[in-house]
Amino acid sequence: MSRIQTVFSALKANNKKALIPYITAGDPHPKHTVNLLHALVKTGADMIELGIPFSDPMADGPVIQRASERALQHKVGLKNVLDMVAEFRTTDTTTPIILMGYANPIEAMGQAAFTQAAKIAGVDGVLTVDYPPEECTEFIAGLQANGMDSIFLLSPTSDAARVSLIVNQASGFLYYVSLKGVTGAANLDVEQVKARVAEIRTKTNLPIGVGFGVKDAATAKNVAAFADAVVVGSRMVTTIEDSNDDNLIANISALMHELRATIDA
Amino acid sequence: MQDSINQRYDMPDERGHFGQFGGTFVAETLVEALEELRLMYEKYRYDAEFLAEYAYDLKHFVGRPSPVYHAARWSNKVGGAQIYLKREDLNHTGAHKVNNTIGQALLAKRMGKPRVIAETGAGQHGVATATIAARLGLECVVYMGSEDVKRQAPNVFRMKLLGATVVPVTSGSKTLKDALNEAMRDWVTNIENTFYIIGTVAGPHPYPMMVRDFQAIIGIEAKQQMQEMVGRQPDAVVACVGGGSNAMGIFYPYIDVPNVRLIGVEAAGHGLETGMHAAPLTANSPVGVLHGNRTYLMQDNDGNIIETHSVSAGLDYPGVGPEHAWLKDIKRAEYVAITDDEAMVAFHSLCRTEGIIPALESSHALAHAEKMAKTMRKDQIILVNLSGRGDKDINTVAKLANITL
Repeated sequence: MSRIQTVFSALKANNKKALIPYITAGDPHPKHTVNLLHALVKTGADMIELGIPFSDPMADGPVIQRASERALQHKVGLKNVLDMVAEFRTTDTTTPIILMGYANPIEAMGQAAFTQAAKIAGVDGVLTVDYPPEECTEFIAGLQANGMDSIFLLSPTSDAARVSLIVNQASGFLYYVSLKGVTGAANLDVEQVKARVAEIRTKTNLPIGVGFGVKDAATAKNVAAFADAVVVGSRMVTTIEDSNDDNLIANISALMHELRATIDA
Repeated sequence: MQDSINQRYDMPDERGHFGQFGGTFVAETLVEALEELRLMYEKYRYDAEFLAEYAYDLKHFVGRPSPVYHAARWSNKVGGAQIYLKREDLNHTGAHKVNNTIGQALLAKRMGKPRVIAETGAGQHGVATATIAARLGLECVVYMGSEDVKRQAPNVFRMKLLGATVVPVTSGSKTLKDALNEAMRDWVTNIENTFYIIGTVAGPHPYPMMVRDFQAIIGIEAKQQMQEMVGRQPDAVVACVGGGSNAMGIFYPYIDVPNVRLIGVEAAGHGLETGMHAAPLTANSPVGVLHGNRTYLMQDNDGNIIETHSVSAGLDYPGVGPEHAWLKDIKRAEYVAITDDEAMVAFHSLCRTEGIIPALESSHALAHAEKMAKTMRKDQIILVNLSGRGDKDINTVAKLANITL
């Protein structure tokens, strides 16, 4: 069983929902990233989405764009991101790490080379925003052959045929984009999302995570009532942006405590 | 190549691939919108009524056909081959861009979308979009890099006169590629009521194919006009390439015509060796994925897109339309690059010799035609796509000469 599956099974057995924070690797500075990962785990993260910085993050709103820009100022590339994961893995062998990013950094390294390097570093899943399943068949096969999960987005506009196509290619869990827009856009409509998630469940047994519009603990709790996982991204990054070297870990930990406590309550 | 000359050229495949290039590399949130567009374009591509309306607008609103003009005095001065110009600069709005915006706007109208958005670099595509939006009564929002807003002030004002909202984009390198990112973000947020009019032969499928088809009127007319004027087709067709829409437009109808060389001219900026250019094909940039398609792409070792440079904002793009990448690989088209300085010389030369002020983009094609002509016989013919007029560039040209207007 993969680390991602293990975590979802354990949570289910305890009737709990997964909290998945997102941070961009190298934001605000590469020296903080591994410490931040450990702090997220300590304060209740069940898995972590780690963003690969990219110059042209088309699906992201201004908050996560700025995170990429801060990381790129320190020349954090995909290879550095994998080094950070490897360093994290020296002391944490249980928390799944999901890399989230865009196709071009992976293509620049080479799909096969990336898959090998990611496996060695201890990556558990990969979500490539601009690789729809039709365009990355070999890549998915390579990931899965190497014990990693291929995470895919489902959107409010995905029709039934599309959902079927994607759930058949996906593994680990599905990531439902809760609104029409970019990351961190508006507040999501909980009832609408709930209905869509119920529809998706008729086609798959994979766990379903919800993200893109989860801006506060109350929304996170409402989403956790019907989803298997809640992804919190832009809110994390905003907290990082508003912190300094001295209070960064404390601020992130406080936000995580609040999210965890509210979801579990 | 022998085989593909004998067979009818038929690209892209059903999913928008030109060999390894093209495709649909977008987030899931855009997939349905692109599928809807693909089906609508499929429906109207050969629809007699749609094509008649398009043809009517090209004739009566744009002023087509644009003439082919024998630049006899300039040819003599250059010494060598005869240079003919396809006068896209004479179109309404002053460039080839309007051929495409009319096609897409008519599609938007049929799809019932009351709002159109566009990205623009030099501002020509933005103006062409604002123009047709005004004529059809559509709301229009144009995204433009804040750097470009500064260097193309007249076009910004033109768009505003036409009723468009111009949104300066301050993310990334603040140029065309960032404007495209921002337009995509708008589209994904407003999918129900918005049609995204992409201005070049890039983006996800079906855009590279659809924009090429709408621009192909350039080559279709040129073939007929050359036959009428000189009784044969040119030895070479030369066009500038940023994203590559004017070049695809004039190349496409010639792909199956043997013995016509197709030459795309990229922007060498300060020189390929300086790294400050916008010439991914000529500089042998690696293959990558950006803006929804796979193509040759200027990038660093980590796969981040690098900043480009050209004196001409319309060529300042780090990628290139996927069909150009394909035509390069199958060796049906050749790609070269012209520096800022070389383009400026050709710009002034055409102004003084022919009484035509060319766009800085088109001046790259002119500069290469001049180089080629010198090595050719007097009875040989080069057809240059004069893709736009240079009025929009007079501030840039004046600044280079240290003149304050």
